[in-house]
Amino acid sequence: MRPVSFTLNGKPTRVTVDEKRVLLWVLRDQLGLTGTKFGCGQAVCGACTVLVDNEAVRSCITSIGDVQGKQVLTIEGLARDGRLHPIQDAFVTHAAFQCGYCTPGMILGAYAMLLKNPKARRADILKEMDGHLCRCGAHQRIVQAVETAAAAMKGSAR
Amino acid sequence: MIPDDGRNDDGNELVVDGPTTFPVDRRDFIKLTATGLLVLFTVEPASALLETQPPQGGRQGYPTDFNAYLHIGADGRVTCLVGKIEMGQGAMTSLGQMLAEDLDVPTASVDMVMGDTDLCPWDGGTFGSMSTRAFGPVLRQAAAEARAVLLQLASERLQVPAERLAVKAGIVSDITNPKKTVTYAQLTEGRRIERHLERKPPVKPVKAFTVIGTSVPRRDALEKVTGKAKYAGDILPPGGALHARILRPPSHAATMTQVDTSAAEKIPGVRVVRDGDMIAVLHEHRDVADEALALVKAQFARNDPPVDDKTIFDHLVKTADAGRTVAEGGSLPEGERLVSEVIDQTYLDCYRAHAPIEPHSAVAAFENGKVTVWAGTQTPFPLKNQIMQALRLPAENVRVITPYVGGGFGGKSASRQAVEAARLATLTGKPIRVIWSREEEFFYDTFRPAAVVKIRSGINASKNIVLWDYKVYCAGERGAAHFYNIPNHRTVSAGGGGFGGGQSPHPFATGAWRAPGASSNVFARESQIDIMAAKAGVDPVEFRQKNLTDARMLRVLATAAKKFGWTPKAAPSGRGFGVACGIDAGTYVCEMAEVAVDRSTGHVQVKRVVCAQDMGVVVNPDGALQQIEGCITMGLGYTLSEEVHFKGGEVLDRNFDTYELPRFSWVPRIDAVLVDAPDIPAAGGGEPAIPPVGAVVANAIFDAVGARLYHMPMTPERVKQALART
Repeated sequence: MRPVSFTLNGKPTRVTVDEKRVLLWVLRDQLGLTGTKFGCGQAVCGACTVLVDNEAVRSCITSIGDVQGKQVLTIEGLARDGRLHPIQDAFVTHAAFQCGYCTPGMILGAYAMLLKNPKARRADILKEMDGHLCRCGAHQRIVQAVETAAAAMKGSAR
Repeated sequence: MIPDDGRNDDGNELVVDGPTTFPVDRRDFIKLTATGLLVLFTVEPASALLETQPPQGGRQGYPTDFNAYLHIGADGRVTCLVGKIEMGQGAMTSLGQMLAEDLDVPTASVDMVMGDTDLCPWDGGTFGSMSTRAFGPVLRQAAAEARAVLLQLASERLQVPAERLAVKAGIVSDITNPKKTVTYAQLTEGRRIERHLERKPPVKPVKAFTVIGTSVPRRDALEKVTGKAKYAGDILPPGGALHARILRPPSHAATMTQVDTSAAEKIPGVRVVRDGDMIAVLHEHRDVADEALALVKAQFARNDPPVDDKTIFDHLVKTADAGRTVAEGGSLPEGERLVSEVIDQTYLDCYRAHAPIEPHSAVAAFENGKVTVWAGTQTPFPLKNQIMQALRLPAENVRVITPYVGGGFGGKSASRQAVEAARLATLTGKPIRVIWSREEEFFYDTFRPAAVVKIRSGINASKNIVLWDYKVYCAGERGAAHFYNIPNHRTVSAGGGGFGGGQSPHPFATGAWRAPGASSNVFARESQIDIMAAKAGVDPVEFRQKNLTDARMLRVLATAAKKFGWTPKAAPSGRGFGVACGIDAGTYVCEMAEVAVDRSTGHVQVKRVVCAQDMGVVVNPDGALQQIEGCITMGLGYTLSEEVHFKGGEVLDRNFDTYELPRFSWVPRIDAVLVDAPDIPAAGGGEPAIPPVGAVVANAIFDAVGARLYHMPMTPERVKQALART
């Protein structure tokens, strides 16, 4: 086992684990970041979405070794300096969730999309978010929240 | 403001080498135990509340002592204790509103403690759209009595007659001398209120409401958007917990004949537990436990029933009992004599999974003879009884705590995972974490039962329905009875509703799925009504109006038509418009939809849905709208794509790759309207809008292309087959 070093929510982090270990479970079981959720284990629901170097990845099929030297962002790292990110704000305003279990993945999926395409329109949002499942049926409000966030961010992701 | 659990924020470098778990000090642990919502312990020992509980076990009801439901802290904060749980439906917010209304305190001063069997008053479970309509009056009554007692205490303290006192925001004042005040907190000083009233005071009348009827924002928002919200699988007891993965059979009714765990045991840190028929692999890390479980070699003798997802319908009809008459009137022979046109039709509905995104999860810790189980469950008190029985433990040695539940829909009324965690924790003496894989979730889910509905109905020359002979197999009675003006009718329910008990015709467990049975029944009834309307050459809304006298139903129908912009035209009009109505949990619903059908692919796109709902008094209008939108969106799944495929006892759909939930690209524009009905007591809100979804889409498909679908889900394949029949 060699140490894997990466930046986690802005902080230099090192874990000594088998590099094949699954990112989701290292985050949850060893780093105590339980905001990243297990939903399907096969990258088909999106609940475990985190950002690695600003790309949305499904942490349930990502090896910890793959994040060596990279920037990892989880839901716990999105709000900064005690302030919610505009996407989080918009999710609160629109009540864009019910049970909340898919919400961290939804928010991070939307964040990754807006980083790439800050002017995302409704059609882009539907396309990009289609791989995220929500069983409660908060979809309409999630789309509205992402639109609101995109407008609030005025083209800048932060 | 962001809730801060104090972790991961200190130091510059977070270094975790090797297998380590986060230390949790006692104070943090107490906070975690109640999902961070509990302020109670800091001001009042929990024992004060325990006294108010009725004895555990056996038949129970809601406690009559209002102290069981509320506690006023010395700091003026009010703790509301309820046995209900929060699974997204918003009860955490709406129940807090009800308490605040009748106690006359600000909603912001109320803290909720939910689903903790040591702290909260008994409750049978969170299901059936009952939190508002059935438990709401109990909670409001408790708050009203507490308020009346507090007024008495204030009257004595201030030396002012009670009728001269007013309460606002927990402050009692003399209306003739507003400077003369005393607060609830000053009156109680954090103690429980010992005085009770012989005659229970009335709850507030609707016209006096200031909190009920307002869209108070969700209490769970901040925690849920920041990742701080704790679900059962997130709970970390002191010393950490071991993940348990349990060996499962390949099919229901299979028995294990051979097992070899030696390869799994070679993985460092893995422990294998065998207890009777249960083989569990334990490890500190979930992915390592997964790996170890995959190395367990087992053989099973299968005992599959000779049914599959195609033959099941014949099987259900053949094995069902004669059934029970749910409703009847007039005489069917007389109806047969009067009809000018008879329609005989059979409708089929397959098994559905609940498929919450949070799989069944639980953490159990066994300490000093007492097991504490944090469970994702809709039924903490029944689960406690189940654990008591399974582990032969007395009531005081079992505590179930329910953190946030990541979706339930009826599926988490069964909590097998929590019993498994409790069993393994007592066996090993170690805290155990059981989080089902998605495959386990699909295997042990209590599916919505497959069902068959047969209807023979007819109209007379005046286009009035004069005959209705309805028989449902295996969906149950909910939503089966019609509400039209039909002189000669009979509704029979056979084969039960899939809730267990008796001989089950199903090859696996079935159970309550959001508005159990109603979606199958409403699909059949409202499709049949439309078929008759089309035969009569009458617009389907007009046809319903012509055959209805129920004022509440006529009102939601008219409200939906106005919002939708419905103009009368007999189907198929080519517009792709559909209508369907239903009554569920005391709530009246009318939905209208517009669809587009791709004739070459069979793909159906639902473009918009309007829903008008009369649910009586509405506690939280935006919360009610969220539930309607959720019902309609979730409903698109059972309507268009969701189907549990199986062969014998083997479930073939094991993940979301083949079991298709509704996605963003499917979702129509949803416009929901709440009909003002202040004179009608609050009715159900979590379920009533889901049953009409199947029929409204089926009727809209017929209106679009003239093809009628009798079998849900209406997959592209089935739509193409229906088109080929036209």
